[in-house]
Amino acid sequence: MSFLSYLINGVSLGSVYAIIALGYTMVYGIAKMLNFAHGDIIMVGGYAAFLAMVNAGLSPLIGVLVSIVVCTLLGVVIERIAYKPLRMAPPLAVLITAIGVSYFLQNLALLLFGADTKTFKSVISFKGISLAGGALQISGVTIVTIAACIVIVVGLSLFINKTRAGQAMLAVSEDRGAAQLMGINVNKTIALTFAIGSALAAIAGVLLCSAYPSLNPYTGAMPGIKAFVAAVFGGIGSVPGAMVGGILLGIIEILAKAYISSQLADAIVFAMLIIILLVKPTGIFGKKIQEKV
Amino acid sequence: MKKKKILSLILVAAMAVTAFAGCGKKESAKNEGGSSEGSAVFKIGGTGPLTGDAAIYGTAVKNGMELAIKEINEAGGIGGVQVEYKFEDDEADAEKGVNAYNTLKDWKMQMLIGTTTSGACEAVVAESHNDNLFQITPSGTSINSVKYDNAFRMCFSDPAQGTVSAQYIAKNNLAKSIAVIYNSGDTYSNGIYENFAKEAKNQGLEIVAAEAFTSESNKDFSVQLQKAKDAGAEMVFLPMYYTEASLILAKAKEMGYAPSFFGCDGMDGILTLENFDTSLAEGLMLLTPFSVDAEDEKTQNFVKAYKDAYGETPNQFAADAYDSAYVIKAAAEKAGIKPDMSVTEIGDAMKKAMTEIEFTGLTGTNITWGEDGEPTKEPIAVKIENGAYVFM
Repeated sequence: MSFLSYLINGVSLGSVYAIIALGYTMVYGIAKMLNFAHGDIIMVGGYAAFLAMVNAGLSPLIGVLVSIVVCTLLGVVIERIAYKPLRMAPPLAVLITAIGVSYFLQNLALLLFGADTKTFKSVISFKGISLAGGALQISGVTIVTIAACIVIVVGLSLFINKTRAGQAMLAVSEDRGAAQLMGINVNKTIALTFAIGSALAAIAGVLLCSAYPSLNPYTGAMPGIKAFVAAVFGGIGSVPGAMVGGILLGIIEILAKAYISSQLADAIVFAMLIIILLVKPTGIFGKKIQEKV
Repeated sequence: MKKKKILSLILVAAMAVTAFAGCGKKESAKNEGGSSEGSAVFKIGGTGPLTGDAAIYGTAVKNGMELAIKEINEAGGIGGVQVEYKFEDDEADAEKGVNAYNTLKDWKMQMLIGTTTSGACEAVVAESHNDNLFQITPSGTSINSVKYDNAFRMCFSDPAQGTVSAQYIAKNNLAKSIAVIYNSGDTYSNGIYENFAKEAKNQGLEIVAAEAFTSESNKDFSVQLQKAKDAGAEMVFLPMYYTEASLILAKAKEMGYAPSFFGCDGMDGILTLENFDTSLAEGLMLLTPFSVDAEDEKTQNFVKAYKDAYGETPNQFAADAYDSAYVIKAAAEKAGIKPDMSVTEIGDAMKKAMTEIEFTGLTGTNITWGEDGEPTKEPIAVKIENGAYVFM
């Protein structure tokens, strides 16, 4: 019974990683850059929802919407100001800028909201279910997180494969120059990617803070890095890969904690990453890039 | 090209503004310290994290120290000499702590209240020992924080807390089988756990589960709690800071697991956590040197003055820092030091005086210090009932 409950906790933690990883993977796939500020957009999403729900007294649903709107705008603004001027710059410059944006957001939050941790108010009022006479508890947040993850992955796949904007994204991800020649507005497409990625970050932020109700300016940093690992794990750039990578990462982390050592759990997670990358360098769902001669 | 020109103009303007702003700040810092017409003053430095993860502790120390020094100056200073102070941010980092210390030395600091956190303190104390500069740490609990003779501490040490916790639990028969959840990456948490485990054995308590976490994975505690539950622990001992403890309490409730919980001084502050459901902490026991609800006049006045000045309820870090400033005053007056003495002369005189004074403050009564820098101080156990501390 303990095993089952560990497994459920793992899937729950993994779903949060998966939603964050989706944002990473989309931006990487299309703009070919690692947006290290992604974790901090999650934190901003958490604060936006917190302010709307606790300070302004709005309902949880509006809180989530406010959070999504704030993060979407923030994502687009960051892209416009920090990343767009570097479109032609070497990847290293963009990477360093992303790290700079990450620190900027953290310190801005520190300035605006202070360093003290706040207890987040869960947006999910549904109590969850209790199985096997209370031995197995599945909380409402867990169920909603898993459901949200599935809905998002299905929605994203449909969007990318069935809509014109999604097709444009695919085209930009495959060959930016050729896409531009075909009349696709590359800048608009990349901005749209950032908007979607940041909206996902808002949802991830609200769910993360609901499942683990503590919010401070560094809330997004570690989950952000773990989700990046999950994205690489699943094959960065691949939408189903991000989901599978995230959930696997969550399960491995929890099971390693439970059965091997609570102290070594992180070491085991990262060791797994190294092994997977040695065996399959592009990740589980990664596409093999064929060299043309 | 034109754009670049405009940009560089803006940059130059910004630089000029910041340069002037820097001047303005220096001026005001001096005035704040209350130096009176060029006469000699004591210069007391302080260090702690004002930004970063542990910023809440450093800010509390800064405020507590500032409040005490303002009061001391209003009451005539130390032995008739006014006090100037300056506080530097160290981000709870050893390297930055040494940088902060050096900055303060350039400012001609004569005594140091700091550092706030154990890790940075261990690095800084080696430097202050070389300079023979008197140092009192308000809240550096690790053993090595005061390993040299120039360093003293205001709080109790990690081993003392671990040992006293185990003794307290055994003496009052609170539980027989105990699970511990601790942060293996943190000197504070680890130090308490090790000594708790040692003493628990002597006291006949059984530790049925000892589960670690690290600062990198301090969100999900489902596994640790599940293991404690499976091992049948009646009590879960939580030697950690309250932010993580609040997550553990919430998770335990969600799991329907209701053992008793026992924490140390890092737990202090849990009731003031913004938006925290205090009913989760109902029945939580903790050791603390300071309680805002204590009814003595001294505590009441301090809490009121602190709230007026900073708009928040003080925690034990603020109280320890406040006491530290008054300890410096007591020892300095005992030693009869003068502001024109050199740093090492002051250091020698203060070291001797510290072992001779007896101090009563917010965090303890009739405290004395040994040459090892450790205070004689008894932690007080409190229990949370109806959202407030009740002495046990």
